[in-house]
Amino acid sequence: MGCVYALVAAGLSLIFGLMELVNFAHGEFLMLAMYVAFFAWSLGGLDPVIGAPVAAAVLGAVGWLTYHGLIRRVLAAPMLAQIFATFGLGVFLRNGAQFAFGVDFLTVQDPWLAGRLSLGGLFLGLPQVGASLVALAAFLALYLFLSRSETGLALTATAQDRQAASLMGIDTQRMFALGWVIGGACVGVAGALLATFFYIYPDVGGPFALLAYVTVALGGFGNVPGTLAAGVVVGLVEALAGLLIPPAFKYSVVFALYLAVVLWRPQGLFGRF
Amino acid sequence: MRRAPAALLLLAVLAFPLVFARPFPRHVMIMIFLYGALATAWNILAGYCGQISLGHAVYFGIGAYTSTFLVREAALTPWLGMLVGAALAVVVSQAIGYPVFRLRGHYFAIATIGFGEIVQTLVLNWDLVGGARGLFVPIKRPDSLLNLQFHDSKAVYYYLALGLLALALGATRWIERSRRGYYFRAIREDQDAAASLGVRVAREKHAAMAVSAALTALGGTFWAQYVLFIDPESVFPLSLSILICLVAVMGGVGSLWGPLLGAVVLVPLSEGTRVLLGGTGKALDLLIYGALIMAIAVIQPAGLMGLMRQLRGRRAVAPRGEARRESAA
Amino acid sequence: MSAPLLEVTGLTKRFGGVVANRDVSFRVGPGELVGVIGPNGAGKSTLFDLITGFTRPDAGTVRIDGRDATGLRPDEICRLGLGRTFQKLRPFHGMTALENVMIGAFLNTADVAEARAAATAALASVGLGDRIAVQARGLSTGQRKRLELARALATRPRLLLLDEVTGGVDAGAIPGLVALVRDLHARGIGLIVIEHNMRVIMDIAQRIVALQLGEVIADGPPAEITRDRRVIDAYLGEAWRA
Repeated sequence: MGCVYALVAAGLSLIFGLMELVNFAHGEFLMLAMYVAFFAWSLGGLDPVIGAPVAAAVLGAVGWLTYHGLIRRVLAAPMLAQIFATFGLGVFLRNGAQFAFGVDFLTVQDPWLAGRLSLGGLFLGLPQVGASLVALAAFLALYLFLSRSETGLALTATAQDRQAASLMGIDTQRMFALGWVIGGACVGVAGALLATFFYIYPDVGGPFALLAYVTVALGGFGNVPGTLAAGVVVGLVEALAGLLIPPAFKYSVVFALYLAVVLWRPQGLFGRF
Repeated sequence: MRRAPAALLLLAVLAFPLVFARPFPRHVMIMIFLYGALATAWNILAGYCGQISLGHAVYFGIGAYTSTFLVREAALTPWLGMLVGAALAVVVSQAIGYPVFRLRGHYFAIATIGFGEIVQTLVLNWDLVGGARGLFVPIKRPDSLLNLQFHDSKAVYYYLALGLLALALGATRWIERSRRGYYFRAIREDQDAAASLGVRVAREKHAAMAVSAALTALGGTFWAQYVLFIDPESVFPLSLSILICLVAVMGGVGSLWGPLLGAVVLVPLSEGTRVLLGGTGKALDLLIYGALIMAIAVIQPAGLMGLMRQLRGRRAVAPRGEARRESAA
Repeated sequence: MSAPLLEVTGLTKRFGGVVANRDVSFRVGPGELVGVIGPNGAGKSTLFDLITGFTRPDAGTVRIDGRDATGLRPDEICRLGLGRTFQKLRPFHGMTALENVMIGAFLNTADVAEARAAATAALASVGLGDRIAVQARGLSTGQRKRLELARALATRPRLLLLDEVTGGVDAGAIPGLVALVRDLHARGIGLIVIEHNMRVIMDIAQRIVALQLGEVIADGPPAEITRDRRVIDAYLGEAWRA
């Protein structure tokens, strides 16, 4: 699960690194991705694992739209406006989903990856394992893209120093938009994966958003590889918390972790800020 | 506002229940006053001092639960319960503020959401205060001011809500004109520069939080006595925090009348959609809110007040205190 | 000899691998005007941050009036009588010039009318008397510099740390600013001035501390400094003649 969190968080981290903006609607992006995967399955017969690229594409587009339609206009605005912009988007999407799809829990039936895997004495759900593997693969792809490809490097450069990058001829607007597209795509894949074993409903984004924030904080805002390690840590903490204390408080523990991180080590475990 | 129209408006507001005796119009006005008060309270912390709290419903819930619990268990009049609730809210606000005020901007906002969720979860699982089932305020007849319950007419609730609004506005105005008010605004602009001038930033933030929390908690008690039933879902949810924010932002964060203006615009909208659309209304009005928040963020972060200022063509406007001085000079 | 107004000893600050200040020590007496010079990256602004509590030093102490003030918060430092301006100007953009300065004035009074009067006077003393109702964001750079000065002055400091008085200001405005600084000195306010404009600093400073790569390489009267080999090599260049 940690790997999935990492993927969700990766997009968030990238966006923040690029323009110091926290996407408060990230959880809702995830929720949308899950719905997309669901509809790909129910209408098109595509198993979510196959549907992942579809979700990635759709969410990438959503990311691009969000950037051009909304974010671009508030980049220069006071922070209050920025917070409200993405926050408003989140509210809009969440209730839009509720309006359009209703509040019922949806599930994908009979996904490809079903059943359990037995490792030693541990029983692991096959969907979860599959999800982690795909998430890891996606993460690896992202990492390679960022560090090897020309566009990826340009992106990283923009994140590190916007002005220097633009002086070098890198079109920052395009980079920002790209950041949002990739962020959306990451979330798209993650959502599709989650759809294989998670209930789908309009509010599902909430807890994941919180987990994503913690993961990003832990891994260091803007540090994409760190997010992977952080994701694993968060996943572990969450699982442990679920075992040791009443499940309702699971997220409180995660939140406490967030507080601990931002207060005592704002750069996260591996961050550069 | 100039003298004559303002006085007329005040008169109209005071006379409203005498003219409109049906419950629904009164209810709408009561909601306007309540949300206006809550948003004004939030504005003290967020608008003036610049600390965007997205978990303010916490204090609303604390106020509601404290007074209700005391009515049930100790037969304490809600008037005293209200004060206890406010005190408790202040204590909690200081406890939350301690870690959270070290954070800035986005991190702070996220943290406030988190605390809101934690408290809601806590209460949801706490049987002593009813858990998920909520608490009923014991019905007391006949209607009495002491017990703060009126079953036949909303008139007294109307004036009480108005009183709460007046209190919130009065507190804001008083702060605005004091040294503290200037300090708040400096902190909002640049807290480090403020510190270099001797401003005790943390102390000021805590003060803003305390006042804001106390007022919000009073609103919570009022609500409990008005609807006579509370549960975590109705007094603690994130959506309430959002609503309070939205009302303030819509009208104009950082100005005295802004939040009330926001309430005047949004409450009828909300009540209207609820009446027109029934069940699905819940999602639709939040949907509209989401769109509105985005629109405000993009078009005019200073809300309606900012919009009005723009239309009047005053570009380099000096905020409240000094502007009046300017025009008087 | 009574305790110096400000005494820093062995101040050291590292940021990751970079040593911004290394073992910096010097003192400033009441009413002295000390200049701080050095190439970019010499650690001058960091030094100010360390003294005024914006950053904690890794080692060393800051003493004000002989009492340890290391690691105090910026507002506490201000209360002890130290004011500062910033290299990258930080006015309160959404507030008028008057309100900006009132924030400083409020240190000494809680009464709004009193603060307003004190602020008006401070603004007049820096030559912004006709701009008091203008929003800070509507002021030019030179005006903003004066604003920041007035703001710090309103706190009635005994020692003012000025970070780049003439930076970014057009040549015509410089004499005015210099006269202002002289005037402050004449009033008995101690001053530590970071400056790149050598003509200005040679003109007004009683003493100069030269920094390079975080270390103090010279500390003495202007005449001495301009002849100091290390300072010439590091910063002044051979062409400079006092």
